[in-house]
Formats: sequence, C-alpha cells, structure tokens
Amino acid sequence: MSGTGIQSFLPPVIDVEAGEELLEVAMGPHHPSTHGVFRMDVALDGERVVRLKPVFGYLHRNHEKIAEKTTYLASMPYTDRLDYFCSMTNNWAYALAVEKLAGMEVPERAEYLRVITAELTRVQNHASAIGFLLQEMGASGTPLMYAFREREKILDLFEALSGSRMMCNYMRFGGCRVDLPAGWLDRAKLVVAGLPRFIDEIEALLTSNEILMARSQGVGVLRPELAVNAGVTGVMLRATGVNYDVRKVDHYGIYDRFSFRVPLGDHGDIYDRYMLRVLEMRESVKILEQAMAQIPEGPILDPKSKPRGFRPKPGEAYGRIEAPKGELGFYLISDGSGNPYRYRVRPPSLINLTILEDMCLGQNVADVVLIFGSVDIVLGEVDR
Amino acid sequence: MLGEGILKGLAETAKNFAGSFVSEERLTTVEYPEVRLPQIENTRDFPFLVYDGNDPMAGLRCVSCQICEKECPPKCIYIIKSTDKKPDYVGKPQFYPARFDIDVSVCMSCQICVEVCPFDAIKMNTEFELSTDDRFGGLILDKHKLAKSNEYYQHIHPTEAAEVDGRLAEEKAKVEAKAKAAAEAAAAKAAAAKAAEGAAKAADRAADGASGQPSGAREGRA
Amino acid sequence: MNPGIASRVDQIFVILQHRIAELFPAVLQPWVAMILGVVGIVAVFPGIFALTTVLERKGLGRMQNRLGPNRVGPFGILQPIADAIKSLTKEDIVPRTADEVVHFLAPVVLVVAIFLGYAVLPVGRNMVLLKIDSGILFFFAIGASTELSIFMAGWSSRNKYSLLGAMRAVAQMISYEVPLLLAAVVAIMMTGSLSPTAIVRAQGGFTGFFPRWYVFTPWGFAGFVLFAIAALAETNRSPFDLPEGESELVAGYFTEYSGFKFALFFLGEYLGMMSIAGYGITLFLGGWGAPASFLEFIPSWAWFFAKLFLAIFFFIWLRGTLPRLRQDQLMNFAWKFMLPMTLLNLMVAAAWRFLGEWFGTGILAEGVRWLLCAAILAGAYVALALTLLRRQKIAARSYRYAD
Repeated sequence: MSGTGIQSFLPPVIDVEAGEELLEVAMGPHHPSTHGVFRMDVALDGERVVRLKPVFGYLHRNHEKIAEKTTYLASMPYTDRLDYFCSMTNNWAYALAVEKLAGMEVPERAEYLRVITAELTRVQNHASAIGFLLQEMGASGTPLMYAFREREKILDLFEALSGSRMMCNYMRFGGCRVDLPAGWLDRAKLVVAGLPRFIDEIEALLTSNEILMARSQGVGVLRPELAVNAGVTGVMLRATGVNYDVRKVDHYGIYDRFSFRVPLGDHGDIYDRYMLRVLEMRESVKILEQAMAQIPEGPILDPKSKPRGFRPKPGEAYGRIEAPKGELGFYLISDGSGNPYRYRVRPPSLINLTILEDMCLGQNVADVVLIFGSVDIVLGEVDR
Repeated sequence: MLGEGILKGLAETAKNFAGSFVSEERLTTVEYPEVRLPQIENTRDFPFLVYDGNDPMAGLRCVSCQICEKECPPKCIYIIKSTDKKPDYVGKPQFYPARFDIDVSVCMSCQICVEVCPFDAIKMNTEFELSTDDRFGGLILDKHKLAKSNEYYQHIHPTEAAEVDGRLAEEKAKVEAKAKAAAEAAAAKAAAAKAAEGAAKAADRAADGASGQPSGAREGRA
Repeated sequence: MNPGIASRVDQIFVILQHRIAELFPAVLQPWVAMILGVVGIVAVFPGIFALTTVLERKGLGRMQNRLGPNRVGPFGILQPIADAIKSLTKEDIVPRTADEVVHFLAPVVLVVAIFLGYAVLPVGRNMVLLKIDSGILFFFAIGASTELSIFMAGWSSRNKYSLLGAMRAVAQMISYEVPLLLAAVVAIMMTGSLSPTAIVRAQGGFTGFFPRWYVFTPWGFAGFVLFAIAALAETNRSPFDLPEGESELVAGYFTEYSGFKFALFFLGEYLGMMSIAGYGITLFLGGWGAPASFLEFIPSWAWFFAKLFLAIFFFIWLRGTLPRLRQDQLMNFAWKFMLPMTLLNLMVAAAWRFLGEWFGTGILAEGVRWLLCAAILAGAYVALALTLLRRQKIAARSYRYAD
C-alpha cells in the first residue's frame, strides 16, 4: 500500500512509565451498554487505555456443530439466530451458499423479494445501531425510541410476510418460502414512503449536534491499511475510505438492476460511521422504491427445490452477501449426504471486533464504550 | 456549528413532545393487556393439530407418519404410533398418534413441521400467552391440548385455511370420483360376469337337453 | 378584580402564618412563625420533587413517543409514592470495609445543606424565611458544601471506582462554581445588593409592556444562559451527568448506597436543581414578578412556581435531547469558554451602565446601547466558539460517494 512497511499503520506504542501501576478493569459481561454478553479486560493508565482484550464466547451455542448433525433446511432457522437483528440477510447468505453448492436457479420474483426484505432489514439495523450508539453516549434513549418506532413498522411487515417478526426463516434454497399476502406491497410502500421523513428527523436531531460531534469526531480512528489487513468489512471499512461493498463487487442477486451509490468516509472515526449508516439508509430507501415498483409476477421457488431429502452433490461453496454489519459468508462442504460435512459462518461482527484494541489504544476510557458501540456488533454473530 | 445543532435537536424533541398529544403516530404505545393490537394474519407461534368434524380424536388428520418429528430442528416433537387404524377424511384406514407431545419450551416456531407434513395435519397457532408456573409439565402440550378444530384454523388463518380446505376437498372429490368410477366399473364388470354366467348356464342347459344327460354328471367327469 | 382581594390572595400564606402564630403566647410567636416557615419549605419542595420525578419520566416518555409511568394512580401521578415505598423497604447495605459514620452522614449533609439553601429564596412577595442582606452569598456558600457530601460518599465507600467517580464529580462542580458565581455577580453588580429580595424588587416595574427583568438586557441574557449552563453542571444534570452516567466505566459516587440513603441522594440532587433554578429566576427572571402589568392580579407565589416549573421542564427537555459530554470536554468547556464569557459579560454589563449614563434615555439611545452590547457579546461568542472548535478539529463534514 503505502510502502513504508507495517509500522506505518499500527497505532503508536503506549509508553507506560516503569513501575507505574496500571488500573485493570473488567467491563462486562453484564454491560449497561447492551449488545449482548461481552467482556473487555481493559488496562488503564490514568484515563488512557493501555491494553484491551475482548473476551467473548458467553453466547456460544454450537451453531456450526449442530449444522453438521442436521439437514441443510433445518439449519435455516438457526441462521435467523446468528445476527438476530437481521434474520432475513442471514437467511439469504445461507441460501446463496447452498444454491451455489447445488447449482439451483432462483426465479425473478424471488430475487426481488429477497432484495426488498434485505434492504428493509438494512434500514432497521442501521437505525437501531445509531440509536444504540446514542444511547451509550447518554442521549437517554430518544434516538433509540425513534428508531424503534420505525423498526416496529418494518417488523410488522415481516410478521405479515413470514409469520415472525425477527426469526423469519423466510428464504429457501432456490427462492422464498411464501409469496406476498394480499395488500402487503401497498403497506410496504406506505412504510417506505415514511422512511425519508424519519431519516430527516434523525439527522435534524443528531447530525449537527455539537456534543455528538465533539464526542465522535477524531475518536476511534481506524486507518484504511489496518482495516484491509484485518479483514474488516461493511460500514467500518467504508468509513476509512476503502470502496468495497459486496453488492457492487460480487453483483449477487439482481442488485445490478438498481441504481444506488456507496457512501465513503474519509476519517474512519465514529462520526464517519454514524453518518455512513444514515447515508446508507437513504440509499436503501432508493433501492426499495425501485424494487417495489419493478417486482414482476411469477413463481417464487425453484421447481427442483424440495423440503425433504435434499442431498447436494459433493463439493464446496462460499456464498457471501453485504449484510448490514459487513460481509456475511457461509462456507459449506458437502459429502453427498443430507448433512453438510463442514459448515462455517464468516461472522462480520467478530472480524470487525478483532481490531477493537487497536482502535482503543491511547483513547480515553469513556470513549471505549462508544468505539465499541460504533463497530455495531451482535453477540449472536460473534459467538454463534 | 455554534450551537444551532443543539437548538435543532431541541426543536425536534419539542415537536415529538407536542405531537404525542395530538397524533397517534407520535405516541405508539399500546397499553397491553387492556388494549391489544389486532393479530396479524400470518403470525405463527406454536404448532397445533387440526381435526375435522366434532370429535377431536376421531377427526384428527395426523396419520403418525413421523415426518415432522424427523425434520424438526430442535427435536421437540415426540410421537408414538398407534397399533390399530381409524378411517381418515376420505374413509381410508390410517394409523393415528397414540401420543403426540410438543415441548413448547424447546420449539422455536420455525414452521418446518408444517412445511413437511403431507397431510395438512399440523399448523401454526397464534396463541402466545402460554406462560404457566408449572415448570416441568406445563409447557409440554399433549395431543388433547394440541387438537383444535378446522373451524378454529379457519378463524385464525382464513386465507391459508381456505386454500387447504380447497385442496383437501379437491382431493376428496378426486378420490370419490375414482371410487365411483371404480365402483361403476366393478358393477359393470359384475353385471357382465353375471350375464356371461347366465348365458353359460343357458348354453349348458341347452347342451344337456341335446344329449339327455344331467349336466352334473358331465361336469363330474370334467 | 378588586385589588384588595388580589393582594389578600397574594399574601395568603403570610396571613395564615400570622394567624396561627397569634394563637400562641407572645414569647413563642417568633419561634412559631419560624417553624411554620420551615414546615412550609419542607412540605412544599419535596412535594414538588415528587411531582418532578413523575413529570420527568412522563415528559421524557412523551418526547420518545411513549407514555411514561401510567399504572400507579391516574396518569401515574402516584408513582413517587410507589418509589418511596420501594426505597424505604429495601435492605440498607453498607460495605463491610466502609467508614460507617461518614457513609451515614454523607446523604444527611447533602440534604441538610440543600434545605438550608432554601432559607433565603424569596418565593413570593414578603415570603422569605430569612431576610439576610447577603442572601446570595449565603446560598452559594451553602451550595458549595454539597460538594463536600459527594466527596464523603465516594471516600467512605472504600471502593476505588466510587472514589474516582466522586473525584470527578467534585472536580466538575468546583470548575463550574466559578462561571456560576461570575454569571450571578453581574446581576448583583447591577442591583448593587446581595439580598435576593432587593434583586427581585429591582426587577419590578415595567417599561411600557416589558417587565424590567434582567434577562431582557444583553448582559442579562448572556448571564442567564451562562448561569443555566453552569447550573446544569453543578447539579449533575444532562448533558453534564457523567459522574452518574450508567454506561460509563466508572460508577457513580453513590454506587454503594441502597434503599433510603440512595433516595436521599436523589432527593438532594433534585432539590438542588430546584433551588438553583429558583435563584436563577430570582437573579434574572424577576423572581415572583409578573411578566405584564395586567397580569399582576395573579399571586406572586403562583408566578414564582410557574417559572420554576418552566425551568424544570427546560431541564427535562435538555435531558431528553442531548448526549453527555466527556469529562475532559466538560472541564475544557468550563475553563476555556464559560470563564472568558462570564468575565466579558461583567465588562459588558459595566459598559451598559456607563453607556446608559452617557447616552441618556430615549428610544434611540436605548436601542443603540442594546445593540452595541449585544453585538460585543455575540461577536465574542462566535469568535471564541470557532477558535475552540477549530483547535479540536471539530467541523461539519460532507461525504463523497464511490463512482
């Protein structure tokens, strides 16, 4: 990259005076700043962070091992529970991986349904992420409540479509499980029509708020070289200025048919990540409007797909999508039987979390919580 | 930059505060349990077994094929097949479940059991107020608690039930038509056989009359 | 309305106090009158505190598109009673290594000091418990001793996090004492007296339709805003509530308190907020004065409490909107922004006085004086703010899109 070697983008070594005692604190696992059960062992020199070790695994549920023992379809409801905020995108990533493995085609209407549900998921995830970040900043929950107000509308749509608000279990290998009920599209259009006003409301409340700017600009800076080397993806990567959005790189699904832009940040700090989430919400609204106008009639499931007795030919496949938290990938190895031989999830939250220490070194301890919140993780995905 | 961001934020909150008194969109609280939101039609909570007619056990559609037990991801269904059979909705004798338990504390409402059932016997209920203080038995629903009538199913999921009813009626009509055709064919065959037998007997008597010997003696010899 | 009746209603509590005192022998009468005054304060202000807790939760709820508490009593009005019962029946846990005496005294000192501050607050015409000539000085002295109780709480808990939290809180409060006092000094300077009653009287009267409250002058407005910000910081209200922030690493100074002692800290904090709001009203908003001459039939104490509720609502409004500042940003703000602005304000107030003498009266002269002083203050504010923000590299940003 820059050619001056690895030292150029690592954070500076913090010099602690010899003999000075460090204050060691364990933050969590019961954290007021939610995100799940997570612990950070922090060593402080006064107010500055000298060392930070994230400790997770409190929510480990053996997802990958269970998948080796059950059928491919039976793993689908378990993928809902990975990133429990965004079950639709989890389902899509897994379905994509299996479709690659088995060589199945997805009908057009199903592709449109997938895009609509995925973008709705992205909107509600980014809104909630902003709300949680501000909650940790002490804004006593007001942006969070506004975000949840809109999220409720989207979850009601998901309930009408798939039967469940959060654990949707909606995608199947080769399409979607069930078609839109009567009147759903009109209601969805109403909800999407109200989203720009909500985003304006959030921006008016927050974007030029001096206190937010003072607390988030220049805090938790991530350099682009370090981000790329650590495998960071999603909003965190684009906030550093690297142009990498899996929707534009892989051209999966039918994203090529929609015109949307990818916003990029310049500084890689918390404020950039916040603003990128707002801008991405706006882009998602654009995609939604286009998709809902263009959706055709037709079947929603590949005729080859059946719920029982699914045995893909031996082989391997890696399917990835741009989940709201980053690049979510599923790696499957099939040995010809009904259960996968190896099932691996590439969790964006975990990989984005690996550079938490580098972002927090030298920062004020009060900012650790904010930096952690700006990574936007869900422990279900980190621990699986 | 100089404080107007804070003022804009204050204006936004004030708008919401004032709006919460006048518009429903700015006060979205529903005071459960006095006020309830209308149930969304497709919602799913936990499974139940459908029965046709008035008798829950006799009209149960489940034929104990145990497919749902095999496909259930967390394995929360426990079925014991019966040893005798009872007629199903088209009259064909089928097995029935002697025991059908669902552990609702394990069930994750994924609906795979509904998807794989070939007999439309298990569907998703919409009841969610199932909390009980009986920790061990209270959340295991046996087949008596799980059996709900088809009218109940039509009440909670009208579109789905209409589709299922239509399909089952079609199949029943097909089976009945086939049975009728088979019966007609059998009746025609029997009539034809009877006519052939009568003709054979008449031919025999005629042959007997010609030879003057009793037919039985001729038959005894043959 | 008959002025006689209006003034009777205005003075009703004073009349009541005299009537009850007259029932006692002459020797005891001053004592009885004093005790009645104290009883009045101890009954009214905690009652307003109880109401404030409900109003805060419901107000925050409405701002966040939800109802606040609404189960206990109609519209949740009886919620404070439920909270009181809860805090009284909780087990009082004192850490084994804690210094028990100091641990017990800390909330007591807080509440006593806060109540003392109410002694010189003029709640209405003729309604002050103690007529002290240096009442404002007395109030600020007493207010500073609340910081002592916070430090006692943090120290006695023998918990390093409580101690850190207490030290931070005390540092914050000491830093903001200076701008608080300097902002108040400007009103004292223009009145020429430290007595709250005199300050309120100096703001009585009307020029045309406008009352002569200090907040309608440029230096008064700036002083009021600075006093309000410093008051927020003094009472640990959002956006300066880092010492008691829930999501911060270091716990607050009252972590080791439970049950009734915690409720006392809570009570002390809210009472402090109300008393400082009361003094802000006295200094800048004309105390118990009416905002227009035709509204003077409404009793003075009604005006005072109306303004107090407005101030409380404003505090709640700020809490619902703003995130909190970090500790070092807080201190920067106090020393690098508030202190220069308050000093400048003093000079502008003095300039106002002398310009008034030079220019004389008359609409044009008044207008010029007003505009000149306002321009100086506004210009200084803009220059100072821009410099500080630029130094910390805080600026609005625009974002680019990938091609």
